[in-house]
Amino acid sequence: MQLSDILIEGPWGERHLLGLEKLSAGQIETVLNLAEHLDRVTEGGTRKLDVLRGLVVANLFFENSTRTKTSFSLAARRLGADTVDFTASSSSLSKGETFIDTALTIEAMGVHLVVCRHRTPGTPHLLARHLKSGVLNAGDGTHEHPTQGLLDILTIRRRFGHIHGLTVALVGDIRHSRVARSNIHGLLKLGARVIVCGPSTLVPQEISKLGVEVACNLDKILPEVDCVNLLRVQFERQRGAFFPSIAEYAHFFGMNGQRIRRAKDHLLVLAPGPINRGVELTPEVADGPHSAILNQVSNGLLVRMACLSLLAKEAGIQAPVAAAGGAV
Amino acid sequence: MNSVLIRGGRVIDPANGLDGIYDVLSVGGIIRSIEHHISADGIEGLQILEASGLIVAPGFIDTHVSLREPGCEEDECAATGTAAALAGGFTTIAAMSDSDPVVDNRSSAEFIRLQAERAGNCRVFPLGAVTKGSHGQELAEIGQLVDGGAVGFSDAKRPVANSEVMRRALEYTKMFDRPILHFAMVPELADGGVMHEGFVSTRLGLRGIPAAAQDIMTDRDIALAQLTGGRLHLMCVTTRDAVDRIRIAQSRGIALTADVTPHHLLLTDDVMETFDTLYRCNPPLRSQSHIDSLIDGLKDGTIAAISADHQPLAIEKKAVELDVAPPGICGLETLLPICIQALIAPGHLTWSQLIARLTCGPAGILGLPHGTLSPGAAADIVLIDPSLNWTVRASEFRSRSRNTPFDGRMVTGRVVKTLVDGELRYSLAISDQKTSTKLDSHAN
Repeated sequence: MQLSDILIEGPWGERHLLGLEKLSAGQIETVLNLAEHLDRVTEGGTRKLDVLRGLVVANLFFENSTRTKTSFSLAARRLGADTVDFTASSSSLSKGETFIDTALTIEAMGVHLVVCRHRTPGTPHLLARHLKSGVLNAGDGTHEHPTQGLLDILTIRRRFGHIHGLTVALVGDIRHSRVARSNIHGLLKLGARVIVCGPSTLVPQEISKLGVEVACNLDKILPEVDCVNLLRVQFERQRGAFFPSIAEYAHFFGMNGQRIRRAKDHLLVLAPGPINRGVELTPEVADGPHSAILNQVSNGLLVRMACLSLLAKEAGIQAPVAAAGGAV
Repeated sequence: MNSVLIRGGRVIDPANGLDGIYDVLSVGGIIRSIEHHISADGIEGLQILEASGLIVAPGFIDTHVSLREPGCEEDECAATGTAAALAGGFTTIAAMSDSDPVVDNRSSAEFIRLQAERAGNCRVFPLGAVTKGSHGQELAEIGQLVDGGAVGFSDAKRPVANSEVMRRALEYTKMFDRPILHFAMVPELADGGVMHEGFVSTRLGLRGIPAAAQDIMTDRDIALAQLTGGRLHLMCVTTRDAVDRIRIAQSRGIALTADVTPHHLLLTDDVMETFDTLYRCNPPLRSQSHIDSLIDGLKDGTIAAISADHQPLAIEKKAVELDVAPPGICGLETLLPICIQALIAPGHLTWSQLIARLTCGPAGILGLPHGTLSPGAAADIVLIDPSLNWTVRASEFRSRSRNTPFDGRMVTGRVVKTLVDGELRYSLAISDQKTSTKLDSHAN
């Protein structure tokens, strides 16, 4: 099977996936449609493909991650690509090498696609300017996390059948959340109404200019909402205290059974994880019928397979013509 | 004895309210006369410079230039920094105290003068540190520094955060009639910020530095200047409210001056969308409404000087992630064309106003007898071709560093000759003097 055999019609044309802000609604839908298509082709993820045979995907993770890195590695392998992992504690500078030199070194090892996570916004953009490889942003500081945004949107679309006309609330640490920014751009482009809700210290004033509504009272907005996405409180990115205590945060913004009962019956609860049980949501909610947290994980795999396929195609990478026994 | 006659140029000397076609005669490094027509007869060894179509102005003065020597010679040294100054039209610069170690004692100040003398380019006056090591705790040996040649005092980009220390510094420097050049910024509000705080920073997820960080410290500094009567100069003003507050303070007679940089007049925070480290500077690039206020401040004289805020940085220091890349722009050699683009081309300032902000304005701040073509003054002169179209090429900088966001930019107006003490110290290569309007294929 060749890469062209699994791709479906739809606008794309991007060499890199750096964020959802610059994508069109059509391009976002291409990824979502391809992800659902791959779900069928792989028979629910059970069948391994070999369409990216010969392709090397490097995971450059300059920030701790287990979930996203595992998901990307698995997605690449499901498509038949090889993966290499490069993990560094923080900046390349700690070793006295410039970041660009580090990246060029890795590329010189014969890498085709680079998946990059970094604590500094814009670092994947820096890579994209200097590397010949396709670059996939797996989270750049507090800027964007496009595949997380796409998988959240896919999860919502699979539940409701559409995005247009839905009201989605992003709850929690909006200021430090790359997931929030990617969700906002993607959801607005597809016609959703987006409300951001959190402590006023964690919701930047200017965010409304992106086209979202701003609320500080979760209980007030909850009855209008079709989906809540509970963003993790990013303790590691905060400088100093943004709210007085965790208990106070949970009191005003934690999703618990009582709040679930005040919401619409069909309320969908998402959490990008890792979840802090008892802070953003109670175990009752996390494991309850409204929660789609585990669907998010499986959809994440599909979305990442779709993105890797699309970028591989733009990079002009073709699996070598199948030799005897090449097909799975 | 060197003698120069500069003929037929448009002479602009704002200190004397002069703007017209004149001949300028310098004898023995001193301006002798400015007349409609000066005869070349009878002056031995006279060099004649034809300046028809050019602007003839006093050499520019920059109130704070980071020369990086000693300690950071990978970025710049006195010889390369002063060569860059000449190419930018500067005949006098004040050297910032932020070398390593900082200039907080007499011998350090004397070393700066010695290195500048060895380079033999432009005039260099040291700035001394306000506090020992620029740590903001104890006063540096200010009197000894004055003896060593310091014309002013500054802890560079490290604000004197302790108000008591700043108060004593303003009181103590009064004794020597020297200004304190302060970088007004509340450190805890600016800490970790890489750009202006606003919609763009929110969108990009980059940590912002709010305008309030500069406004608050400006307020404090004005209050201390009023309390002490010391001479205060605020460097790199970038915010609307700071300009307003400075204007009000000046109207109340407080001894207060201010400067602004060319890049803060031309670029807005939107450029950070590229995540390019070359745009990172301190203070950060602000939004258009702030720029409009800065221009108003330049027009009415609230802001008396424009400084390149020259911050040369070896290019590998910028080839890293945005938050670890040090802020700063290598600015001496692009100051004039960027000012023309930001101020003259849109009609905000007249040539005379612009040149005033580059000559007598900064001279007044530092208390220097330069920045004028008055007969009897040193013949520090710059010749400008105001209509020469050219492309900025960082690779051709005389500075040792290349960290400019303007590389490849098409600009208009260029310094063609620079004279110090009546001696021709810089001359643009003839091949670069031809006006070319065709788009340059190297532009990017």
